[in-house]
Amino acid sequence: MLARALWLGLRVPLGGPRGFTSKTDPQGSGRITAEVIEHLERLALVDFGSREAVARLEKAIAFADRLRAVDTDGVEPMESVLEDRCLYLRSDNVVEGNCADELLQNSHRVVEEYFVAPPGNIPLPKLDEQEPFPHS
Amino acid sequence: MAAPMLRWGCRGRRWALACVDGGSCHRRGAPTGSTSNRIRGQSSVAQQPLHTAQKPRKGEHKWAAVVGLEIHAQISSNSKLFSGSQVRFSAPPNSLVSFFDASLPGTLPVLNRRCVEAAVMTGLALNCHINKKSLFDRKHYFYADLPAGYQITQHRLPIAVNGSLTYGISAGKECGQVIPKMVRVKQIQLEQDSGKSLHDDLRSQTLIDLNRAGVGLLEVVLEPDLSCGEEAATAVRELQLILQALGTSQANMAEGQLRVDANISVHHPGEPLGVRTEVKNLNSIRFLAKAIDYEIQRQISELENGGEILNETRSFHEKLGCTVSMRDKEAKQDYRFMPEPNLPPLLLYDATSLPTGADPQQVINIDQIRETLPELPSVTRERLVQQYGMLPEHSFTLLNEVGLLEFFQNVMKETRAEPKKVTSWVLNIFLGYLKQENLAVSESPVTPSALAELLDLLDSRTISSSAAKQVFEELWKREGKTPGQIVSEKQLELMQDRGALEQFCYSVMKDHPQVVMDVKKGNPRAINKLIGLVRKATLNRADPAVIKEILEKQLSS
Repeated sequence: MLARALWLGLRVPLGGPRGFTSKTDPQGSGRITAEVIEHLERLALVDFGSREAVARLEKAIAFADRLRAVDTDGVEPMESVLEDRCLYLRSDNVVEGNCADELLQNSHRVVEEYFVAPPGNIPLPKLDEQEPFPHS
Repeated sequence: MAAPMLRWGCRGRRWALACVDGGSCHRRGAPTGSTSNRIRGQSSVAQQPLHTAQKPRKGEHKWAAVVGLEIHAQISSNSKLFSGSQVRFSAPPNSLVSFFDASLPGTLPVLNRRCVEAAVMTGLALNCHINKKSLFDRKHYFYADLPAGYQITQHRLPIAVNGSLTYGISAGKECGQVIPKMVRVKQIQLEQDSGKSLHDDLRSQTLIDLNRAGVGLLEVVLEPDLSCGEEAATAVRELQLILQALGTSQANMAEGQLRVDANISVHHPGEPLGVRTEVKNLNSIRFLAKAIDYEIQRQISELENGGEILNETRSFHEKLGCTVSMRDKEAKQDYRFMPEPNLPPLLLYDATSLPTGADPQQVINIDQIRETLPELPSVTRERLVQQYGMLPEHSFTLLNEVGLLEFFQNVMKETRAEPKKVTSWVLNIFLGYLKQENLAVSESPVTPSALAELLDLLDSRTISSSAAKQVFEELWKREGKTPGQIVSEKQLELMQDRGALEQFCYSVMKDHPQVVMDVKKGNPRAINKLIGLVRKATLNRADPAVIKEILEKQLSS
């Protein structure tokens, strides 16, 4: 679940109309400040920790930044590539579920029939309480 | 899951003011521009009508509170909003979860028709404009019980907007009238519920149950037109009754089917609105009222002591009866809303726009849903007032207790007694006994038929009203006896033998010559004493009206 969260945490801002590239070097060198990392860590509950993780993030941003090369002036954004399709309506019948065993196989830890997650959104240590970060 | 923040601008709006420090909230000042003073009773605080030109004097301790609510109601449906797994309370953990609910890669949302119909129905019942086109969005936040990392909601264009909810505040016990009030409904949006987290602080872990993840919710956003806990509680209660009448939500707060967040601020009338706090997850109507009133008072005393109000989320501590800061939003949350790419716009139709030859399973006709709307609580109450001539307040009480209206109607069907008498017995005696033992109507030991029979005995003057109360008490003991059996066993019938009654009156008058003298001297209350004595002599089995008549005849002769 957390791996997924990390992936979404990185991917989603890039997909939006404005990524957080504005917070990075405007020249597009993709260097990220410690504040941005901390903000992301709080949002995604993931400790980037290592220099490699940050480097990977910087590369992902640089990759997505190429979208800015496309001239979209005066083009109304689509909501989805399916926006002119009918939205299918399903009848209110129970046809799924009862597969806890299969789903729980994905879990790193299980207690009875529950997934086990780290304790709730407990804020990570504040920036100034942390060890000096290599990038700052 | 917090909804998009309410907008607080409302420049042109005139706020009705709750006189927070002057007594309970419905004793309120007249709205702007009106000079009539509608404060009831004793309020010592002068309520000056609020004109924009009239600035409140400095140091005058008058505050107005502004309350807005966001209400989440779980849709009553067989399956979830976007998946075919079952909706059920208290099932084994993770047994009602599909691959989509667990957010496995490659799964896609498929919209449940029933949930859309429930939203349209609720929107119509709340006088909303139904948007023929509405859109789904993703709202991102990271929490272990939200496996996708986002919730599908309706942020940009919700299914229903601009409605109103009318509710009634009691004008006071004496007059039995109810003051109608209205709160605007900003919007109703369809969205997914999250799963549930069980926190195990000891072992520093969280247990996740996804059974609730993906259940359809109606988020009803009310404009900040409320001004105290009682108003908020009454409005939510009315919404609850409407949802239950529609069948769109069971709206049981104890089971989390109805959850309320309140946005609260205070300000001096005529000045800009104050900083608001949000009190989260209020899950009983009583606590809702308490939490809001506490929070209003807390903000007032904070400000009066020179403090400031932080824009923060607070939770209500049920045992201590106060709100405490949750300290979870130190920085403003960024939900990174984006259009949901897997769901095209939701289109609805009416009789005029319905495409010909469309698959009826695939189109939703707003007009058709409007025709199937059941009687709403406000209409039911009006009918009760019209049909039975009862006080508006009594019609509110009948609807407020689950099953009480049905009980009342069943009694009415079987008894010859006057509606007024039945109302009085059901609301005073029957409800009183239930309340005293904390029972629901369905748990009552007295059936509607038994009460109907008892009221018939009373109506035909077979028993006195004090004897009727005695019979009711016997019925409450669940001994399986009918009122008729109890009356004859306990010899509670009124004395019908006039000769015997005359004899009793005669001997009482003979034994109390002093009282008789008082009557003859013109003391109007003395006759009551004689009546009481005769009743006592007959073991309460005589009709006081008949006794009075006989006594008057004997005294005048």
